[in-house]
This record gives sequence, structure tokens and C-alpha cells, in this order.
Amino acid sequence: MKQSGNILFTGVGGQGILLASELTAYAQLAAGYDVKKSEVHGMAQRGGSVVAHLKYGERVYSPLIEPGTADIQVAFEELEAVRYLPFLHRDSAVVVNTQRILPPAVATGRASYPDNILEELRTRHIHVVAVDAFAVAREIGEIRTANVVLVGAMSNFLAVSPGIFLDVIDERIKKGFREVNKKAFTAGRDLVYASRRHDAKR
Amino acid sequence: MRPKTGSLWLSGNEAIALGAWEAGVRVASGYPGTPSTEILENLCSYEGVYTEWAPNEKVALEVALGACFAGVRALATMKHVGLNVASDPLFTASYTGVRGGLVVITADDPEMHSSQNEQDNRNYAFAAKLPMFEPSDPAEAKEMLARAFEVSEQYDTPVLFRITTRIAHVKGVVETGKRIGPAEASIEKVPGKFVMLPGPARTRRAAIEERMTDLRDLAETLGENRIEPGPTTRGFITAGTSYNYVKEAFPEAAVLKLGMVWPLPGEKIRDFATGVDELIVVEELDPFLETHIKAMGVRCRGKDLIPSRGELSSFIVRKSIEPEKVGELFDPIELPMRPPNMCAGCPHRGLFYSLSRMKDVFVSGDIGCYTLAALPPLSAMDACVCMGASIGMAHGMAKALGEKGKGRIVAVIGDSTFIHSGITGLINSVYNDSYSLVIILDNRITAMTGHQQNPASGANIKGEPAQAVNLEKLCRAIGVKRVTVVNPHDIEATGKVLKKEIARGKTSVVISRAPCVLLPSEVKRKKPVYRTVTENCTGCMACIRIGCPAISWHPLTPGEAVERGYRAKQKGFSMISGVLCNGCGQCAALCKFDAITAVEDEG
Repeated sequence: MKQSGNILFTGVGGQGILLASELTAYAQLAAGYDVKKSEVHGMAQRGGSVVAHLKYGERVYSPLIEPGTADIQVAFEELEAVRYLPFLHRDSAVVVNTQRILPPAVATGRASYPDNILEELRTRHIHVVAVDAFAVAREIGEIRTANVVLVGAMSNFLAVSPGIFLDVIDERIKKGFREVNKKAFTAGRDLVYASRRHDAKR
Repeated sequence: MRPKTGSLWLSGNEAIALGAWEAGVRVASGYPGTPSTEILENLCSYEGVYTEWAPNEKVALEVALGACFAGVRALATMKHVGLNVASDPLFTASYTGVRGGLVVITADDPEMHSSQNEQDNRNYAFAAKLPMFEPSDPAEAKEMLARAFEVSEQYDTPVLFRITTRIAHVKGVVETGKRIGPAEASIEKVPGKFVMLPGPARTRRAAIEERMTDLRDLAETLGENRIEPGPTTRGFITAGTSYNYVKEAFPEAAVLKLGMVWPLPGEKIRDFATGVDELIVVEELDPFLETHIKAMGVRCRGKDLIPSRGELSSFIVRKSIEPEKVGELFDPIELPMRPPNMCAGCPHRGLFYSLSRMKDVFVSGDIGCYTLAALPPLSAMDACVCMGASIGMAHGMAKALGEKGKGRIVAVIGDSTFIHSGITGLINSVYNDSYSLVIILDNRITAMTGHQQNPASGANIKGEPAQAVNLEKLCRAIGVKRVTVVNPHDIEATGKVLKKEIARGKTSVVISRAPCVLLPSEVKRKKPVYRTVTENCTGCMACIRIGCPAISWHPLTPGEAVERGYRAKQKGFSMISGVLCNGCGQCAALCKFDAITAVEDEG
């Protein structure tokens, strides 16, 4: 089992990044790690670019991930998946939601949204797992679980067993939403697991 | 509620709230400000402790001081710039000392994540002659708060407790402890301590010197000032979150970690310095420790290596000291920026849209969500300095400009900010016969910091009903002759009122009143959703200019335009996202081509 690691959560204010990072952190805690998480509140939240740092290990001091050391990035939006590139390294895995939220300059016609932005990661040999989390969440019947779909997809890259994640969902999520979130987690996890097996066969 | 027990995973602010409860705090007062807000938001749910939002930080500290004069432990919380507001009582509370313990939390914001400056409030400890504690993480914050209260009572002093964003908004494992039963409050008259007339103040001034001498002795033995031994080649002196960065960048190194950052343990520092070949002080922002250590005659390095601007990190610490050990990184790619924006359906947008059309008007702004109106495409704010400054600045401009400025000066200020420190500015404007228009943006809540109640919102910190200030009556009582209330979502009517009031040449007040769209009552309210009738869109961009996040521009080539049935020279069309639209209707009022219509919300 990996002794320590760094997970970066990126996206746009209001996308449910907080819950995703909390569930991940609680799963790591349950697995016996020390965990620190850092995020920024206040003005930065209002629809702006948002980032949360999660670090786990035997003993974590700094709550901030160093540039070049994020092992996993969970990006809730395509542009945001690339914005924090200096934090990644060649063996990083990036789980990205294939959603595009137009930044103000693009939405007001003063700039354009870059085409094929994820290629910027792939050409640097970073492992990109693109997930249409909304489509998966819609299929499950609760669009608001897209963030948990992404957690499920990301969990494939952690040594924490899926059962621990499901227990955390049981513990942390309100009764009415538990089952649907567990479904979302499992669907996200299976999606990537299946594609990885597919890659392996090729 | 009683907090859970055992091993918890808490943010620094949650840990401090728990620590305050465990320390037996009886009264806590504060004003919301990132990154301090969640301390009181958490503490207010605990049993046996009175909490409140004060109108500003000065009042909050005075409330806590009064509670400590009554013999109980008291807490005041604020962000770094809030301590500027509270500095008046702070400096003299240093003279009075305490009865019950008094701790003042200052939450600094290096990097200015959500602030207008990044002042280093350790300087207040020096200037006000007060001890200051600074924890490194949530667990330590909770433990150290208990120590801060002990020191406050044992040394008869208010204690400053400095946290930064990377303590306040970092989550870590925290062990719960036992609660100390709060002291019984009582009245005790101690005029020699509590009445700071010149005579008693001179006596207390001497007591401060004695106290600081005693505290310097305490600093030598205090467990929070600890040495972590290591090789003698290089040693670090550090405190707060910087300690974490040193531990990660140089895990084996010898470290003197200071938990109390003022006053400093001179002997301990000298001993530590003697034991290492090279001494480096690692601290965020000002060379506070470094300056005072150098003043002791101890040779050290510090800001010649470590940046004095912005946050540090283990990466920055390593790079500053051993740049050769930093590996290669991916370069960042230039991407469209994603600054924060006012929410879809925000009432402020309508008001600032009207102001954005008045190009020769100077908009003197203030602190809140609405400061975002300074960003494009609205670009409708021309100054923003500190809480409450808008009104005074507008008045000063008016007096400087005289006749030339008539009809061109406007102050805009939020409801909570107006109560915080705008009222005195307005009194001044009326008293000294100004002509600036003052616009109060009344969205019924303190929104920027995450919806805290305030004296105008009609509820207290627990959400229980409370007396609400009537802003219209307040302004009239000050002597404002004209007070007009507008609904900022009604762009046309608002624009007309603004034009008329700006041109009047006398101080008048416009209250722009509509609740924040994120208030639970607004979220629940059934509203229409606006949709684009794309075939009617002419690409005029009128709706784009309000900068609503729910509206986006879709550019077209001439070929694509024709294919869609537009004229070839139409450059694009606009589209409203039904998911993001909050139904304010501001955009529909701006569309002259019937390309935006309301549909009933299915949800």
C-alpha cells in the first residue's frame, strides 16, 4: 500500500468539489492515514477557479501540495484540468469530468475556449481519464451525484478499498441520498475499471 | 449541542470553536471576515456559551472585554484587517488587563485570497505590548487556545492568537478534550485597572513592563516553544504554518518552533543559534522574528532568502534555500482566467449595470460581493479600500472637485458594510454638506462571507428573530432629506432613479433592495426561468454586457450564421443556460428583439 500521496481537486465554485474531497479524505482516514486538506473560502468561491489540496500519509505536515507532486488530479471541468499543470508530474493520473464551463472572458465573447484542451495533458504523457460524470449521474437518476461519480472513478487509483468509500457515504451522507450516492460511486468506479481492463487487453 | 468526542477531523476554525468551548469561554463576539468566519459559526451551536455577530470588530472586542471584566473567559474573532478596526480598544485593553481570560483571534490572509491587503498582524503584538500565540495546524490551534486563556489569566493580559488561511481552512485530525467549567460572572469594581484616566494609566503602563518581563521568562520554559534537534550544520527558527513547510522541505533539520511568537525567548534563541553553523528564520510575510532576533545580536538569515510577499509552501522554502534541489516542472499554459463573478440572478448586477452606463461617474466602492462589479464586463467600480470607506472617499472627492464633480460622484456600500462603518461617513457627508449620492446595496444578509446575519437582517447569529435596523429611517434620522428605495432587478426604473439622484447635487440615499439569490428563501421561491429564442437573437450583445454567468456568447462564421438563418455579418448569438438561470429577468429587460422570454420553472 502506498505510504503517502497527494490529490488535487480542481473545478469551478459551486460544482460540489467540497463534498468530493471530504468523502475522499474520510475514506483515507478510515484506511488509517493522517490526512490534511486545504481549501479557500470567501471571494474565491463565487464562480471562480477553485482548488482543494488533499495530502495523506503517516504524518502530514504541510497542507499544500508541492508543484510537481500531485499524484492524482480530480478535475470537475476541462479547462481547470489543465490550469494546474505545474502541480502534475509524468506519472500523474487526471480524472476529468468532460464538462466545459465558459470563463467570463469566453462567455462574453472576448476570448475563446481552447479546442482539445485535454491534449495538453496527453501530449505530456499524463494519464487522462475522461468521464462524462453528468451522463452517468443522469442515468442513475440524480444529476447532483456527478461529483460522487468522479470520486468513484478516482478511487481506482487509490489503495483504499471501495467498501471503505461506501461505508463513508453511509456515515456522511443524509439518509435520503445515501443509496443513490453509493450507486454513483460504484458506477464511476466500474466505468474506469472497465476501461482500464480494455486498455490492458489492447 | 455538545461536541462529539474522540478523534475528529476538523478545520482550524472548527477546532478553535471546540477549543473555546473546552476552555470554558462564556461570551464570544466577532464580525464575519474570511478566513475567521467559521469560528463563531461553529461556536454558536454549542451549549453554555453566548455568541453574537457584532456590527464591527471594535464593538466585538469591547463586548469581549466587558465580559472578561465580569470575570468570565471571553473571545473576540476577526480577520486581520478587522483588528485595525478593533485596535483602539486593543491598545488600551493591554493597559487594563483582564479579570476573566481574554483572547483575540486575528485571522491573517497571506496571498490575499479574500482580502484587500496581507498585513502581518504579529506587528500588533509588538505595538500593543501583548503576548501572541500562533499554532501550526488545527490540532495545535485547539490545544494552544487553552494555553492562551491560562496565560491571559495568569499574566493579567489580553492574548492575541494569530491564525492564517492555511490554519483556518485546513482540515486535520484533532483530539477532543475535557471542558473546563466556565467561571461565575460577578461585578467587581477595580477602578485602578478598569478606568484608564491618565493617573491609573501611568500605573498600568508600569505593570505592562513587568508583565512583559514575566512573559519573556515564560517564553524560555513554555512547552510551545520547543527545540527539535538535528544536525548542527543548519538550524531553523520558525512558527505557524511556516513550521510545516520547514518540516517537509528539511525533515531532518534542527528546528526551534515558536508557539508564542511574542515576546521572544532570548536565551533559548541564543542557545539554539550557538548550536548551529547557519541559522535561518523561515516566516511568512514580514521579517518579524528575524528583525527581533537580529536586534538581540544573533546572526541569522531570513528575508534575504525567503520571500516576504504572499504565502510560503514547502516548495518555496526549499527553492529559496537549496534551489539546486528543485526538479523540473511542467510550465503553466496560458488559459482564459476564471476570476470569481457575481452569481446568476444577483441583484447587485442590475444596479451596477445602470452605473456602468454612466461613464463619467466615479463609483467609490466598498467591501463585499459587489466589489466584483469592478471586473469586466461591468467595470463599474473605481475605488475600493476598506470597510466603510466608500462614503468618506466620495465626500472627499466631492469637496476636492467642487462644482466640477457635481453629478459625477457615487458611493456604493452593502447593508452589512454600511452598519459596520458606513453610518459615520454618511453623518459626515450630511453634516458637511456633500453632494455625493450614496447607494446602499441591501441584499438582506452579509453575503460574501457566506450568509451571516447582521443588525439589518432581522435575525441573530442563531437565526432567531432580532430587531432589524430600518435603513430608511436611520438615514432620515441622520438628516438625509431624500431616501429612495429601488428594486435593482428592474433595470429601467433603477437607471432612471439613479440618473435623477446623481444629478441632484445634494447628498441623497438610494437603497437598492432585493435579497441575495442564494438565501434559502430565494432558492425555494418559485421563479420563472429565462430562455433564449435564438431565432430572434440579432447578436447585439446587450444581454452579454451584464456579465451574467448563465448567459454565454456563441461566435459564428459568416457561413454558420447564414446556415442558422441569420444575416451573414451576424457575429454570433447569445444563449441562456436553463440550469444556471436564477430567473431575475434583468437580461430580458435589456433585449430589444424579443429574444429572451420567461418560461415557468418546471422544478
